[in-house]
Amino acid sequence: MAAVLESLLREEVSVAAVVRWIARSTRGSEDNPGEAAALSSLRPLRKEFVPFLLNFLREQSSRVLPQGPPTPAKAPGASATLPGRPGGPSRGSRGARSQLFPPTEAPSTAAEAPLARRGGRRRGPGPARERGGRGLEEGVSGENLPGAGGRRLRGSGSPSRPSLTLSDPPNLSNLEEFPPVGSVPPGPAGRTKPSRRINPTPVSEERSLSKPKTCFTSTPISCVPSSQPSALDTSPWGLGLPPGCRSLQEEREMLRKERSKQLQQSPTPTCPTPELGSPLPSRAGSLTDEPADPARVSSRQRLELVALVYSSCIAENLVPNLFLELFFVFQLLTARRMVTAKDSDPELSPGVLDSLESPLFQSIHDCVFFAVQVLECHFQVLSNLDKGTLKLLAENERLLCFSPALQGRLRAAYEGSVAKVSLAMPPSAQAVSFQPETDNRANFSSDRAFHTFKKQRDVFYEVLREWEDHHEEPGWDFEKGLGSRIRAMMGQLSAACSHSHFVRLFQKQLLQMCQSPGGAGGTVLGEAPDVLSMLGADKLGRLWRLQERLMAPQSSGGPCPPPTFPGCQGFFRDFILSASSFQFNQHLMDSLSLKIRELNGLALPQHEPNDEDGESDVDWQGERRQFAVVLLSLRLLAKFLGFVAFLPYRGPEPPPTGELQDSILALRSQVPPVLDVRTLLQRGLQARRAVLTVPWLVEFLSFADHVVPLLDYYRDIFILLLRLHRSLVLSQESERKMCFLNKLLLLAVLGWLFQIPTVPEDLFFLEEGPSDAFEVDTVAPEHGLDAAPVVDQQLLYTCCPYIGELRKLLALWVSGSSGRSGGFMRKITPTTTTGLGAQPSRTSQGLQARLAHAFFHNQPPSLRRTVEFVAERIGSNCVKHIKATLVADLVRQAESLLQEQLVTQGEEGGDPAQLLEILCSQLCPHGAQALALGREFCHRKSPGAVRALLPEETPAAVLSSAENIAVGLATEKACAWLSANITALIRREVKAAVSRTLRAQGPEPAARGERRGCSRACEHHAPLPSHLISEIKDVLSLAVGPRDPDEGVSPEHLEQLLGQLGQTLRCRQFLCPPAEQHLAKCSVDLASLLVADQIPILGPPAQYRLERGQARRLLHMLLSLWKEDFQGPVPLQLLLSPRNVGLLADTRPREWDLLLFLLRELVEKGLMGRMEIEACLGSLHQAQWPGDFAEELATLSNLFLAEPHLPEPQLRACELVQPNRGTVLAQS
Amino acid sequence: MILTKAQYKEIAQCLVSVPPTRQSLRKLNQSRATLLSIFSQEYQKHIKRTHAKHHTSEAIESYYQRYLNGVVKNGAAPVLLDLANEVDYAPSLMARLILERFLQEHEETAPSKSVINSMLRGPSQIPDGVLANQVYQCIVNDCCYGPLVDCIKHAIGHEHEVLLRDLLLEKNLPFLGEDQLRAKGYDKTPDFILQVPVAVEGHIIHWIESKASFGDECSHHAYLHDQFWSYWNRSWTATGKGHSLTLKILEEKLGGKETQRCITIME
Repeated sequence: MAAVLESLLREEVSVAAVVRWIARSTRGSEDNPGEAAALSSLRPLRKEFVPFLLNFLREQSSRVLPQGPPTPAKAPGASATLPGRPGGPSRGSRGARSQLFPPTEAPSTAAEAPLARRGGRRRGPGPARERGGRGLEEGVSGENLPGAGGRRLRGSGSPSRPSLTLSDPPNLSNLEEFPPVGSVPPGPAGRTKPSRRINPTPVSEERSLSKPKTCFTSTPISCVPSSQPSALDTSPWGLGLPPGCRSLQEEREMLRKERSKQLQQSPTPTCPTPELGSPLPSRAGSLTDEPADPARVSSRQRLELVALVYSSCIAENLVPNLFLELFFVFQLLTARRMVTAKDSDPELSPGVLDSLESPLFQSIHDCVFFAVQVLECHFQVLSNLDKGTLKLLAENERLLCFSPALQGRLRAAYEGSVAKVSLAMPPSAQAVSFQPETDNRANFSSDRAFHTFKKQRDVFYEVLREWEDHHEEPGWDFEKGLGSRIRAMMGQLSAACSHSHFVRLFQKQLLQMCQSPGGAGGTVLGEAPDVLSMLGADKLGRLWRLQERLMAPQSSGGPCPPPTFPGCQGFFRDFILSASSFQFNQHLMDSLSLKIRELNGLALPQHEPNDEDGESDVDWQGERRQFAVVLLSLRLLAKFLGFVAFLPYRGPEPPPTGELQDSILALRSQVPPVLDVRTLLQRGLQARRAVLTVPWLVEFLSFADHVVPLLDYYRDIFILLLRLHRSLVLSQESERKMCFLNKLLLLAVLGWLFQIPTVPEDLFFLEEGPSDAFEVDTVAPEHGLDAAPVVDQQLLYTCCPYIGELRKLLALWVSGSSGRSGGFMRKITPTTTTGLGAQPSRTSQGLQARLAHAFFHNQPPSLRRTVEFVAERIGSNCVKHIKATLVADLVRQAESLLQEQLVTQGEEGGDPAQLLEILCSQLCPHGAQALALGREFCHRKSPGAVRALLPEETPAAVLSSAENIAVGLATEKACAWLSANITALIRREVKAAVSRTLRAQGPEPAARGERRGCSRACEHHAPLPSHLISEIKDVLSLAVGPRDPDEGVSPEHLEQLLGQLGQTLRCRQFLCPPAEQHLAKCSVDLASLLVADQIPILGPPAQYRLERGQARRLLHMLLSLWKEDFQGPVPLQLLLSPRNVGLLADTRPREWDLLLFLLRELVEKGLMGRMEIEACLGSLHQAQWPGDFAEELATLSNLFLAEPHLPEPQLRACELVQPNRGTVLAQS
Repeated sequence: MILTKAQYKEIAQCLVSVPPTRQSLRKLNQSRATLLSIFSQEYQKHIKRTHAKHHTSEAIESYYQRYLNGVVKNGAAPVLLDLANEVDYAPSLMARLILERFLQEHEETAPSKSVINSMLRGPSQIPDGVLANQVYQCIVNDCCYGPLVDCIKHAIGHEHEVLLRDLLLEKNLPFLGEDQLRAKGYDKTPDFILQVPVAVEGHIIHWIESKASFGDECSHHAYLHDQFWSYWNRSWTATGKGHSLTLKILEEKLGGKETQRCITIME
């Protein structure tokens, strides 16, 4: 490989030829013969070139002081795998994945601090062929080991590496020496590299959960022998770990120990590995930056050449990850210092090419020069970054100094950019609303299932709320806090249908909570703060920014972070893990797959490139937003699908090898994929919808286990993706091809995928064939989604937050050089939660439909959307209208028919099911009217709506066509629904009405009698029933005692009370049946007490007993209340209950006249029948009474029975004034 | 009038010393129904705390013996009521205890709950006349428990719902009532869902659940758990979640009756 580079540098071959050579192995025809000859001899090595180049650059840059971003240049280590180069020194080129740090640090750092780099530990024996390197870098990625960056390189690729003092590199893992970013000590020299690391504890939510984020960052890895590839990905996803078993602290501690051990053992690390995605570097507090000067660049020509080759590789997508390379270049741009040592590396391997002998980057000037050269070639990509990054770039003084032209273009791009991006976290939870259509009782097999689900919903939200409240608390543990509750809840989901209900809720809640904010509407929504500040609400804007700074994760874990579950997603992941329910997972996968298919197939509007309509911009905001919502939903669903689907196959153990692997492969290849992603991908590519399909597919694949890429099925997918990647050459623009930002999104997500540890690294470089340009199916639709500008920066950054690392890098540079403590200011954008409106189905295939299609084709897209929207709404309203009119009428008819039926059939009615059948057979035929009515409704309503929504200026012909189409579509929709469902709907409603009526008839006879409401004039001023019950209860308790001697009621009060009772009973406004029942019972008790003369009367001291006349008057009032005002049953038989009659026994002398009076009146008013009273009196005899009382009772009853059946009115009249026979008897 | 928490605590403290008798309650009721409600809640909390100790078999046995001895001496005396007051237990609950014990003794099988409840509602069904009178006396003299009090509470709840409905109609706030919601198939619903949310003192109100009792913390928690969260879970509120509860007592003159209303605002 070096030979190629060498010949390049010697100008034996042109850059173009080299790139062609790399990219297109077979076609060498364009090359001039000399070049071809020079290269053809090297053909076997062609594949190695890019990895070699990348590693070479990484190594060369290793002397740039790590001030900056400790990043990683993660280069593919594939070169090591090249055939024909067994174990040679070049093998060391793996080292190329080095950090940009040199191992030496400012001398002031603790001498003890060992080579705090991962690489040091993993030195393996020479043939560093293991893929582990990859895993390793991932292992150290990001949050966990940010400081563990610089690694000592020792590869042949960097012959002239300066010798670095390994003795005292800074102990980057020492938190005291290198405190987290936030706490940069102002201190000077003592802390040379002070804050250069980010606090590993967690800005990102998952951190705070019990599970350490072990993805890519598993436990410290000791150096693995080469036979153990990828041993580093030991605990992917950390799933296997019991929660809480490793706190971050523990892990950190272990790492620290491990490192120092390593250092003691091996002062010179031999199997260096690059750190992937070390997170935010902190800025070098007291380091002074070396100024970069274009005049001092050492070997311009050579740098230009290499930059050109490098840029071309990037441009041709020969590198796995575009943004990683950009990140690397930015690092070079912002390098602060060069290591001064120039001695040659003792380990330097011999046999490297001459012109590569001297270091490529001899000074900071070289680095910056190189970086600027590369950036110049990628202006187009840069100009499509977000506005904040552009600003930082445009203001970068080095850039200005080295290339004023590029700076000028960047400034112009910045000024023209509207791509403000916000990555604020999604808003907090909101419950999924109750969905009457699906959550209805009718959708459950039994009442029990319905109620269980009801309970589960509550438990689920309780758990969710608790998580929200606690998950950020240190020491809170998901499993400990919620695990058992979740499992108990899952345990109740016995019925299969309950599972699907719950899964639906789960999935909806997931979508609702985790859909990232802003959607694609960043450009629109991003302006909100500005508008507000114009209005003088600048404080609000500031507050927002502050809030965002506090809430947005500061680091997404470097330019290649592992797949994570940020924010609320963590809840759902942990829920799945804690539930550990097979049924739940299966239902969830089913549901996720279905939803993914549905969303993936959604007919998204397609762009008409020549739309010159002024409104097209406005329209596109909507289109983009819709696309963004769909895409983000898909990604979220696919991520969870991948997570659940591959869950059983992931474990902490290293991937199998050899025979074991073969048998696993044989086994796994039998298993059908959970979702046929290959077909979906193929179709997506054919239909030119890669921009929708690939991003979610990447999310899905990112959770695959090690075996997956080896399976034929998935290998096909990876190959397709690789070809796609290669074909997305950014510089090739054509109308019919993909939009630039769409490409950028795909490159970003694919690049990210290729860095995932489970994706074999050799896949990218070894796969033959990508060179044949990815052929798009020629039958592809004219305008696929790919050609539409559906992606904007907001969406790009939302999907790929790691692109934001570029900006952080630049911001660090700014903050470091200016001495300001910089933060990353971002704007907060309000969020929208747009629903995914279902697209109207286009069923008609006929000429009419084609005509309509053609019509829309020539009109602005908004017209079509309007018409479809109107049709959809009117169709739906039509159904509702039919329900409320026709169906409601039928239900009323059913009710009256039922009444008749009941009357004719008498009390017993009939079998309800039979009744229902009769009614339905009579009524359902009327459902046929529904279609006619529906048609009429749509005809009446649609045109007006279309007219109201379209611009005034729409030509009349267009308008009327649009109206007609809307009418047609609405009718089609409504009639389709109605013809399919109207009978069932009528049945259901009638059934409900029948059971309602029967219930009302049934057990509660009180309800049968029609209830009278208040009279129309009633102003509802009557005393409240509660008040009356309370008052009567007071009287009762007074009468029953015990009471104070001075307590009592006045007759007036009693009269007033009964008067009020009458008012209340006549005003039904506040009366509920139970209250009326109790009032009735209390009135009977009151009557008994009156009859027994047990009510203590308050009055002039002499008069302690109620006058006879008053008592009768009160009883009369009661009788009339019972007769006239009570609508419910009054338990009058209680008047003759032993207890109430027994009250008489206590009075001396006993007076029976009131009782007799009462009984007569009851009979006379028809309140009780004689027979009934006789029966009661008869049963009274059975009770045990004192002897004399029993006698008197017998007399009374004889007396009552002896009376004529129809007492004359006169008799009553005189009774009111003179003692009647009963009294005489009682006194005798 | 808005009651602060401190004021509320002070009131609750004072009310602890009030005996649960008709006479003292009448005095409370004359000043404010709110006092009665607070008293009732405090008393109920007290009973809840001491409930268990009255339900040990020893305690029941000793109460029963004392009751038997008492009625043998004088069946007309308020034996059961005095006993309840003496041991500081709610008379209705004491009546239930003794009734249960009595039935156990006189019938072969243990009485079912519904039988007991029915006898408490209509003491005339109690086979023993003396016990019937004693039980009846306990029930009419109990101000916080028993079927009558339950009915009063229920009636108050219903009345307040009606008042609220009237108020909503009067203010022209469109709403869906519980019945309408049930008809639509909802499982748990508040009393009213406003079709258009309103703002009350800066809080957005989506639904209203009328609770005709003083909203102390304890009852809030209970309602929150039993009902309010369920509403939230069904997304009756569109805003985010929050745990802050604001307590207000509004007094209004309605129908010449002073009623109190407590509005809990869930954000």
